[in-house]
Amino acid sequence: MSAHAHDHAEDHDDHGHHHKETFITKYIFSTDHKMISKQYLITGLFMGMIGIAMSILFRMQLAWPDHQFTIYEIFLGKWAEGGVMDPSVYLALVTIHGTIMVFFVLTAGLSGTFSNLLIPLQIGARDMASGFLNMVSYWLFFISSVVMVMSLFVEAGPASAGWTIYPPLSALPQAIPGSGTGMTLWLVSLAIFIASSLMGSLNYIVTVINLRTKGMSMTRLPLTIWAFFVTAIIGVVSFPVLLSASLMLIMDRSFGTSFFLSDIYIAGEVLHNQGGSPVLFEHLFWFLGHPEVYIVILPAMGLVSEIMATNARKPIFGYRAMVASILAIAFLSTIVWGHHMFISGMNPFLGSVFTFTTLLIAIPSAVKSFNWITTLWKGNLQFNTAMLFSIGFVSTFITGGLTGIILGDSALDINVHDTYFVVAHFHLVMGISALYGLFAGVYHWFPKMFEGRMLNKKLGYIHFWVTVVGAYGVFFPMHFVGMAGLPRRYYTNTNFPYFDDLADINVVMTVFAIITAAVQLVFLYNFIHSMFHGKVGPKNPWKSTTLEWTADVKHIHGNWSGAIPEVHRWSYDYSKMNKDETDYVIAGQDYIPQHIPLQDNEEEMHH
Amino acid sequence: MTAFLVVLVIILFGVAVWQMNKIFQMSKSKANDTSEIASDKDNNIHGYLMLAFVFVTYFILIFSFWEWGDVLLPEAASEHGAGIDNLMLISMILIFFVGFVTLWMLSYFSFKYRGKKENKALFYADNDKLEFIWTIIPVIVLAGLIIYGLFTWTDIMNVTDEDDPMVIELYAYQFDWRARYSGEDNTLGDANVRLIEGVNQLGVDASDPNAQDDIIVNELHLPVGRKVIFKMRSQDVLHSAYMPHFRAQMNCVPGMITQFSFTPSITTDDMRLNEDVVGKVNRINQIRRENSIDLVAKGEEALEPYEFDYLLLCNKICGTNHYNMQMKIVVDTQEDYEAWIATQPTFSEVIKK
Repeated sequence: MSAHAHDHAEDHDDHGHHHKETFITKYIFSTDHKMISKQYLITGLFMGMIGIAMSILFRMQLAWPDHQFTIYEIFLGKWAEGGVMDPSVYLALVTIHGTIMVFFVLTAGLSGTFSNLLIPLQIGARDMASGFLNMVSYWLFFISSVVMVMSLFVEAGPASAGWTIYPPLSALPQAIPGSGTGMTLWLVSLAIFIASSLMGSLNYIVTVINLRTKGMSMTRLPLTIWAFFVTAIIGVVSFPVLLSASLMLIMDRSFGTSFFLSDIYIAGEVLHNQGGSPVLFEHLFWFLGHPEVYIVILPAMGLVSEIMATNARKPIFGYRAMVASILAIAFLSTIVWGHHMFISGMNPFLGSVFTFTTLLIAIPSAVKSFNWITTLWKGNLQFNTAMLFSIGFVSTFITGGLTGIILGDSALDINVHDTYFVVAHFHLVMGISALYGLFAGVYHWFPKMFEGRMLNKKLGYIHFWVTVVGAYGVFFPMHFVGMAGLPRRYYTNTNFPYFDDLADINVVMTVFAIITAAVQLVFLYNFIHSMFHGKVGPKNPWKSTTLEWTADVKHIHGNWSGAIPEVHRWSYDYSKMNKDETDYVIAGQDYIPQHIPLQDNEEEMHH
Repeated sequence: MTAFLVVLVIILFGVAVWQMNKIFQMSKSKANDTSEIASDKDNNIHGYLMLAFVFVTYFILIFSFWEWGDVLLPEAASEHGAGIDNLMLISMILIFFVGFVTLWMLSYFSFKYRGKKENKALFYADNDKLEFIWTIIPVIVLAGLIIYGLFTWTDIMNVTDEDDPMVIELYAYQFDWRARYSGEDNTLGDANVRLIEGVNQLGVDASDPNAQDDIIVNELHLPVGRKVIFKMRSQDVLHSAYMPHFRAQMNCVPGMITQFSFTPSITTDDMRLNEDVVGKVNRINQIRRENSIDLVAKGEEALEPYEFDYLLLCNKICGTNHYNMQMKIVVDTQEDYEAWIATQPTFSEVIKK
């Protein structure tokens, strides 16, 4: 297989040189994985700005429900006349915030960017298996983003039934205005998004299986590639189920079927629908919805493992256990969806089964956390911004993951289900953690994306420290709001006196949220500025072992101007000593890149 | 005009910064610039900051407890609730212990092993024994939690007719609740949304003999110590009947009857005397008095003082007024409950009117 990759690569080489690229083929309809990854990243960051801005608007509403803010009127127009936010637009904001952050930022923006950038570069391939499919995948993602943004401007408002779009609320425009055209566009956007995600995932799987360079066995792959590979498999398994759920919902909405609807009396009349079940939709939705959170977090875990090993100047601890836990998490992730539905009315016996499988996931997660901590132990830690974000990732993954033990336990879930406790939990464990993974990845691989230019480290440090403290400032107090019994998705909690004493917590959370969002502008400035004016660092700035740093700094079609390097070792030979323990294997250099053959003075290890 | 000038100044300033920046850029050496890579000085600073970070984390946590520990729900007002609270306490102690220790290791190692030019990292790729230990410990601990949790869960969810439970229907619609008592016969009459007409808002089958003595109300009264089986129904979209003080919750699903059962154990009057509740109510009233000052100043009416009551909240997004879909729950003594229910008209009486 790798021989084939080689041949294939050589044809590429030939036309790589005398192929003149136009602006359109280079920047717009590019089939080059490096350009596509940048397109994913920039689209993802743009969507992220919208998503975060929305969260600031509704956090302000929660903190100061009685105030009138002109800013609402500026952004929301008729939905906030006189600066008073309309309850229906509040629901629209939380719905679209969730949708954008989960799908557009953390799925496409994270996995799309780094799978595209790193899979070919780290396995030693000239490009993805199908550059064309890859391009189509990005453009479908772009179209779905455009449709989602368009849905914000329809007359009756965007989808507002929550990002989980449970019917009947999402099926009936009589139930909430956003379930009209807004919801139609939401479903169309998601259907296109799923097509994009499937094309991307199939491409990643084929590329990892078929195009690894000579010597790059599966056990020599960096953990990043393992994570992207397994993520793509989960995506292929679970995204089609969401597509079928969306199609059935479209049928219920537009063609009078009753998959999810039954016995409904609304707006003064009985609907004809009979025999459907909203619980069926919940099953279908969460069959994707739960693996989805692992689709979000696994790539981040991969990036963090790689960055941590590099900056600790130490091999990742327990490589095989890390791979095994990625596989275990992936497998378990497909059989735990029911923990979102303990009190949905499904058979309580099923609840017991799902509690069991859910708590099992804690085991591989714990193994990964301990392995990361051990990777730091006795390292020689280089605190580059990417490393700081990786450590931040482990911190939020622990604090957010631990509360999962409570939510995964069906008996405890009864009282915290759908409260702010859940919101705090998943924001820390998947939202913030995955964002840290994304930031870590951007800081680390920025030189690879922008031809050697590096992000400014001082701005990076400011970005990191304000963000980590701010994120805890938002989400730690939120657990208390949840344990006080406050349901999520309440437009205001001052409508009845029982929750009056939560007002000051809400203010604290919102202030932290505004600070944290504001510091993201520092990142944005750093990103845009460094793209054009960043200092050009060395070819391998972080002294990393993986293949991408052997590729040409200047972006060329085919990645390596010469032959593709052959791999002779795993990707974690950091600080390996020679046989006599007198110096590193390569004297004075604490890392051995993967393409360096086994030296006479070193012991071969079987990892 | 001033606005125009301000805009002009801002634009010119921007151009100046941009130009200066360009000059600055051009004066710099091109490739192999290592100034954006962490130096020993950076490692040292951020090593210390990492150590500080764990204390900040602990501080936020402890501060949250100290400042907001009192907003939490008071003791459970139902018999099964004590089991849930106990399991919660055990889980919380566990996660706090694990969290404190692991976060400490994370930050302390970051601090202790902060990079220096002359230091060497230890090539330490794996250790089967260690990995086995930290796999098996979570396995054992989680097995314990799972077993405890499953016993609690089965106890709660196993709804039976033992102990002569009272059957009550909770009926959800946009955006309110109704409760239907099953009356003397303790059997609910059939109902379907297709039968909704006029005063018969719940679609109860008027021809069903079991329905005649049903009593429909919009305030839930429960006798203390009597087991209740709630049958939940929804008229339009998903709702969730959330009774936080009773540690009870179940979704209301159109087209389906769901159920949840519990035994209330503390009357509303007794709960109002509970120390935590008294404290919470005092604080809320303090806030309300402060807010009233502003309102009165604006010429509006002052807020009424708050008195504690149990609540039934909607906890599943159900539409625009989701945030205000609630019902008062009163747990009475047996006598008070009987006196109250006697004053409520039955379904047949309502229909005849």
